[in-house]
Amino acid sequence: MKEKIFINARIIDPSQKMDEKGYLIVGENGKIKLIGKNIKKEKLQTTSEVIDLKGNILIPGIVDMKAFVGEPGFEYKENFRTLSQAALAGGVTSIVTMPNTNPVIDNVSMVDFIIRRGRDKSSVNLFPCAALTKQMQGKLMTEFGLLSSKGIVGFSDVNSTVQNTETMARIMNYASDVGVLIMQHAEDYDLSKNGCINEGEISNRLGLEGIPDIAEQIIIERDLTLLGEYSCRYHINQISSKKSLNIIEKNKSNGKKFTVGVSINNLSLNENDIGDFKTFLKLSPPLRAEDDRFALVQGIKDGLIDIIVSDHLPEDEESKRLPFAQAATGAVGIETLLPLALEMYHNESLPLNKIIETLTINPSKILKINKGTLKVGSDADICVFDLDAPWVVKAEELKSKSKNTAIEGRTLQGKILMTFLNGELVFNKK
Amino acid sequence: MAVIKNNSAIKVHTKHLLGIQNLSIIEAKKILNEAKSFIKLNRSKSKKLDVLRGKTQINLFFEPSTRTQSSFDLAGKRLGADVMTMNMGNSALKKGETLIDTAMTLNAMHPDLIVIRHQDSGAPNLLSQKVNCAVINAGDGRREHPTQALLDALTIINRKGKIEGLKIAICGDILHSRVARSNIYLMNMLGAEVNVIAPKTLMPKSIEKLGVKAFTDMKKGLDSSDIVMMLRLQNERMQGSFLPSKREYYEYYGLTSEKLKYASKDALIMHPGPMNRGVEIDTKLADDINVSLVKEQVELGVAVRMACLKIYCK
Repeated sequence: MKEKIFINARIIDPSQKMDEKGYLIVGENGKIKLIGKNIKKEKLQTTSEVIDLKGNILIPGIVDMKAFVGEPGFEYKENFRTLSQAALAGGVTSIVTMPNTNPVIDNVSMVDFIIRRGRDKSSVNLFPCAALTKQMQGKLMTEFGLLSSKGIVGFSDVNSTVQNTETMARIMNYASDVGVLIMQHAEDYDLSKNGCINEGEISNRLGLEGIPDIAEQIIIERDLTLLGEYSCRYHINQISSKKSLNIIEKNKSNGKKFTVGVSINNLSLNENDIGDFKTFLKLSPPLRAEDDRFALVQGIKDGLIDIIVSDHLPEDEESKRLPFAQAATGAVGIETLLPLALEMYHNESLPLNKIIETLTINPSKILKINKGTLKVGSDADICVFDLDAPWVVKAEELKSKSKNTAIEGRTLQGKILMTFLNGELVFNKK
Repeated sequence: MAVIKNNSAIKVHTKHLLGIQNLSIIEAKKILNEAKSFIKLNRSKSKKLDVLRGKTQINLFFEPSTRTQSSFDLAGKRLGADVMTMNMGNSALKKGETLIDTAMTLNAMHPDLIVIRHQDSGAPNLLSQKVNCAVINAGDGRREHPTQALLDALTIINRKGKIEGLKIAICGDILHSRVARSNIYLMNMLGAEVNVIAPKTLMPKSIEKLGVKAFTDMKKGLDSSDIVMMLRLQNERMQGSFLPSKREYYEYYGLTSEKLKYASKDALIMHPGPMNRGVEIDTKLADDINVSLVKEQVELGVAVRMACLKIYCK
């Protein structure tokens, strides 16, 4: 590969607290060679390929900590190829994949399969998660040690929750020794049973059973209590409400160490958007009230929430064209993750650097992977975007195999221009 | 209620009757006025009209129903429509056909009206997006039962002359009740003051936002009300530990002549049926023709459904 020099770039790299106009040089080995405004002329090789970014923004490739790839078992919803195309078009270069495939990724041979298959068929960095419990049934823990040694970065039952407190205690106790990352979906099933959307006025009007916000809170409180006893690497996948945030604040200020994620959907939509039974907005955790959405944005600002995920969940049309209660849960979102997140910059809710931080270095730190940074020597995974360019989300133009976007027709500001993986151009918006 | 001089001059803007929430006040009044004209007809010897002659009405019942189904059936027939009733309990849906597929299949037979009852909230809305004819909601999940609310309104108007300014108390399982929701919207729209009364576990969160006052105490909730609407307590709720027992429920929320005294002197009782005698209502009280409007509700139900079919059939 020829050396590449990016010029006229506004480089934002929260891992180095950098936000400046400058250069970036990618060496022939596909790693960052030099970065910043103070690069001496003589360092520039005349043989290098020069890429003029014309003032556009250059950031580390985005790390999305929650996405569903349909393989194996659900290839008709998404596969490695379509997922990576969608990801790269969204500036995402590293994806943490969920284990709720068929079969479930809960054993060593499945991990081998997914890593090999991913390597062959995809063009992004894949970081697979394994199930927290066998068959994601919430009963027996998986082989944390063996699976980690095979390349598993975290353990999650995705949108299932370990209900049994004793089981969860043992999982956390064991994990505290092995040092693995536990990623919990917080939902008390007894309280959320049959629920489709947030419990409140909208659920009353639509006649749908509600999911109370305390269903999330109660699991978070339980787990954080356990965390006091068994201090493992603990991450809450996605929170959705103000109440959860209050618990998190209390515990973080008491010095407990854990991390928290939020879906871009819960940051940019609320229960009112469900309108007349729009099943594409049936999500888990559910969209909640505007008060909650606002609190979550504030939670990012205050550092209570560490990361934003796309919660990319492709569903075919047949699973969505059903009465609301029967319809599948989830929305695609990996391709629109950054542009939708930029909305919070444009409407002055969050500083740009904070948004980038939650999408790059923060997930990398949680996962303990060497991504999400442009420090010299790291892999040259890069996303270049135009901060201001407007565009309209059209489902049929999305690269994901499934078109169940929750933001069809929404006008966004901010467009991905180029994505590089190990210094190679892998997406170019022309 | 405002007098509408030329009922036929009022246009209904919505193509389907999916719920009271989608209805304007003028549309609701049009339906009620139209229904009035059918009350007499239904009491006369010759009950048949031909306004829907040549039209096809399909009743699609995914949930068992006695009175609503027979009421729609009769209403269509009295207007001269060809009525086909399908009980979907044992149909293709059990073979894995989706609601949309069923809708497309039926649509290909060119019906003019589809009356649907479904256990899922929003099912009529989904159906209406896929068919060319008018869809009338005969009850969906816990969302709406618009014709029930309309027939309740007509029954009240018939007895009290108006709805505006009345105090209406709705008592029972508000949480699971589509009848309660539709009535809340309609009675509010027509100018009544609505109280809902239920034990906490059967009262939906933030129900006040629908424009009602919520009470857990019958005495306070019934205070000076003109109409007392009792709801059916579904027995299956008893096992989900919503309530301690039928006995305790009857003690605090069952309507008896003693509790009725909290309401205004000439208060009338309504019930959408089927009734659980001795659970939500005292059996003698339910049959007391001086205060109970239950039979009249059923009677006027046919008239209201005739009006809806006539208005929505294009």
